[in-house]
Amino acid sequence: MSKLERLIMKSGDAQQPFNYAVGMHGSKFFNALKDKKILGIKCPKCSKVYVPPRRVCGPCYEEMNKFVEVGPQGVIGTFTILRYAFIDPGTGERKPVPYGYGFVRLDGADTLFQHYIDISKESSLKIGARVEAVFADQLKGMITDIKHFRTID
Amino acid sequence: MGKKRVAIVGTGQTHHKSHRPDVNGQELINEAVQRALEDADLTIHDIEAVIIGNMDHFEGINYVDCWSVDGSGGTMKPIIKLTTGGTTGSTLAIGGYHMVASGMFKKVLVIGWEKNSESDTTGAITTAFDAVWDRQVYAGAISGLAAEAKSYMDQYGATNKDAARVVVRDRKHACNNPYAQLRKEVTIEEVLNSPMLSDPVHLLDICPRTDGACAVIMACEDVAEKITDRLDWIWAAANRHTYTYLGDATYGHLDSLTRASQEVYTKTGITEPRKQIDVIELYQPYSFAGIMWIESLGLAELGKGAEYIWSGATDMGGELPINPSGGVIGCNPIGATGLIRCAEIALQVTGKADARQVPDVNLAISTGFGGCFWSDIILHGKNKPDY
Amino acid sequence: MENAAIIGVGMTRIEANKIRDTFADLAWEAVNKALDDAGMNMDDIDNIVTTSNDFWDGRTISCMAVSDASGAYDKNVSCVEGDGTFGAFYGLIRILSGSYGTTLVTAHSKGSEGISSLITNATFDPIYERALGLDMITGCAMQAGAFMHRTGTTAEQLAMVSVKNHGNARHNPLAQLPMDLTIDDVLNSEMIADPLHKLDCSPVSDGCCAMIIANEERAFQYKRDPVWIKGVAFCSDTYFLGDRDLSQARSLTEAARKAFAMAGIGNPANDIDVMELYDAFTYQELMWLEAMGISADGQAGRDLEEGRFAIDGDLPVNPSGGLLSGHPVIAAGLIRIGEVVKQLRGEAGQYQVKGAQRGVAQGVNGRCGQSHCVWVLDKNK
Repeated sequence: MSKLERLIMKSGDAQQPFNYAVGMHGSKFFNALKDKKILGIKCPKCSKVYVPPRRVCGPCYEEMNKFVEVGPQGVIGTFTILRYAFIDPGTGERKPVPYGYGFVRLDGADTLFQHYIDISKESSLKIGARVEAVFADQLKGMITDIKHFRTID
Repeated sequence: MGKKRVAIVGTGQTHHKSHRPDVNGQELINEAVQRALEDADLTIHDIEAVIIGNMDHFEGINYVDCWSVDGSGGTMKPIIKLTTGGTTGSTLAIGGYHMVASGMFKKVLVIGWEKNSESDTTGAITTAFDAVWDRQVYAGAISGLAAEAKSYMDQYGATNKDAARVVVRDRKHACNNPYAQLRKEVTIEEVLNSPMLSDPVHLLDICPRTDGACAVIMACEDVAEKITDRLDWIWAAANRHTYTYLGDATYGHLDSLTRASQEVYTKTGITEPRKQIDVIELYQPYSFAGIMWIESLGLAELGKGAEYIWSGATDMGGELPINPSGGVIGCNPIGATGLIRCAEIALQVTGKADARQVPDVNLAISTGFGGCFWSDIILHGKNKPDY
Repeated sequence: MENAAIIGVGMTRIEANKIRDTFADLAWEAVNKALDDAGMNMDDIDNIVTTSNDFWDGRTISCMAVSDASGAYDKNVSCVEGDGTFGAFYGLIRILSGSYGTTLVTAHSKGSEGISSLITNATFDPIYERALGLDMITGCAMQAGAFMHRTGTTAEQLAMVSVKNHGNARHNPLAQLPMDLTIDDVLNSEMIADPLHKLDCSPVSDGCCAMIIANEERAFQYKRDPVWIKGVAFCSDTYFLGDRDLSQARSLTEAARKAFAMAGIGNPANDIDVMELYDAFTYQELMWLEAMGISADGQAGRDLEEGRFAIDGDLPVNPSGGLLSGHPVIAAGLIRIGEVVKQLRGEAGQYQVKGAQRGVAQGVNGRCGQSHCVWVLDKNK
């Protein structure tokens, strides 16, 4: 190494592993997902149904505990198609492109649910198109138990 | 002690570049600090407190306010760190305001910085989102912004060309700004032909990744007027950092900016921002925001943003120039960016903006954006506010 | 400084692993406890300051996780990254600036979710230090050694801090580690990094604290008698451990000097009734006492032996059990303030310091006591 070269020092493959708490609401959601059910939660004050379920309705500052089943169908709220391969911080690898990503308003829900959107029929992808959840073969109680959403006619 | 009026007495920023291998983070910070001190004709000994911020995972350093004392000049001074993602820079400016307004500190140094080249930017941004719910699917800022753009286009019929017109404006403005990273004009065709990152966002629609730092010195009224007669007074500030999960946000208009700006307008009696505001530095990380978020600021009705842009009103020489510095499309050292917007407005108000000066600036706005579609807004004025 | 007061406090229990709780759950619990304590509802809160650390939470923009649960939906909000005492300071400043009448301050962390040595290793400089694999314990062990060498403080005296604090924790229902220890128990516990034994070190914990600060006018509008903020100051020393004398905490001396002057405290050793200090390690309690002038230089160990800092002594230190009995980083400093508030209100139950009128809370940011924040609180205005 020449005298002037030491400008950059690499961190190496530094890792910071975490055990993220899912919480009781999340836990219920993921258990239901294993049965191919999607749960939202309803605010007792404003009646808004939130997906994913969480404890507090932000605008009302009320605690929620009324779970309701939503979906598995819904409409595309908005979406995009990723064409550039960004790095996934979970794996350190580039995500294979292209892939669809968007927000689905599940039937019965008031907030949007973020997930992958199947782009094999790209021309059918429109805001407002009806979609349904496609479940993975193995259900592990994770967000990827839903493989993606695909358009239905 | 008690509420004091606060003015910016000096600013400094680095010449922002995609990559500054010639300095480490401390040195980058120090460049901006030295320039701000020089601008205010003060020394570090005049500074009573330091408020600093960045987004941790871009540099991978924990307790950055402690790490950076050599660069910030904060040794044996009170130092505090604020961090709120993309809004960090504006959050810091607001923090500096409160520190001085309280009467506890007469002169405060506000520093925002980022060395984005040191990490994978999108990977780091992705870690901002909830690990259980959002992170798996999300692909950094670009996917969320693209989804927002698509929603707006669907609702109001805006086109990629409309967005590209914003880029043309900002890239042209950046040519007047010696600190901007990207100082070359682009055409609409070049934007539309640049590689598609995530429908409908092309490479040239989006901000670059930058290493840079910015420092702003704020002082209370008794002291500010003795330091210089070129003062930028902070009139009001507000923010809304709503939404926990990406799916909660409103796609197609920036709800948080609407609410924050309404708070500022109400507080200061602004009823016609288009007429009453002279220049805006909008934290606009990509082109479509330049059409959508001006509606959220009350400059145009919903769906009419593109029309306002095409009218030339927001170009230099227009009714209400936006981003005379070239804005975030010109450079984006994330932890600094919001503070750069504030510093650029200070330059406009004090008449120090050289080739990018907007004439006769009386009232001006700088904004911040980040996180889960969060917004900060600061109103600056040439005259001391009377409250 | 204009009058401002603390009018509500809420804390979760400090535990090793709050496995059922997300950060939002912790915030919801602490915030609601604080609101109930104050007799307020969320509409009475003018603005919010959350305190969290991205590395500890494993997420950039860590404040995002708690905003809804902290009531930030349609309010002005900001986030301090640093110890809770600094977060509370910023919450106070937003009131003193005249902008808001009340501030809700929260601070949280869940040490159980990450690997603390990796997280604290990240505080070391990436170019010069990190590859050496240092973490908070090893760094502080070096400081302990320097302190003991310069002052002659002994391992037994360090152990006494552990005995006292774990013992105090037996009366604190929120503490994680109430323990009945002897000095030998501490000296015989596993040596982690010379000279720090396991029982010289605080655990890595989960917890959250929320606090409501008000200006004078608003302080009288709710349920509680206000506890007045008489002095606050903070100060940071150099970063590289080798750039300063690790055996002295001059930035704490400076912060304490300013805070005490604001509060009109001429003789800290006599004028203060109770202290909650940042005892992440046993030696720190002694070092901080000396730096603040409570004990003469090198004498804190002897003062401890003489019973000065015991719960029934002249100046009880960490009657709650301190960090040695439960250490959720970030929340830690806010909890120190909260515990002093309890003492001054006469609400500390079985660990109440009798007749406490004026107390001091202290928090630390950065490594080896680089940056300190000192609060002086008083029952009387």
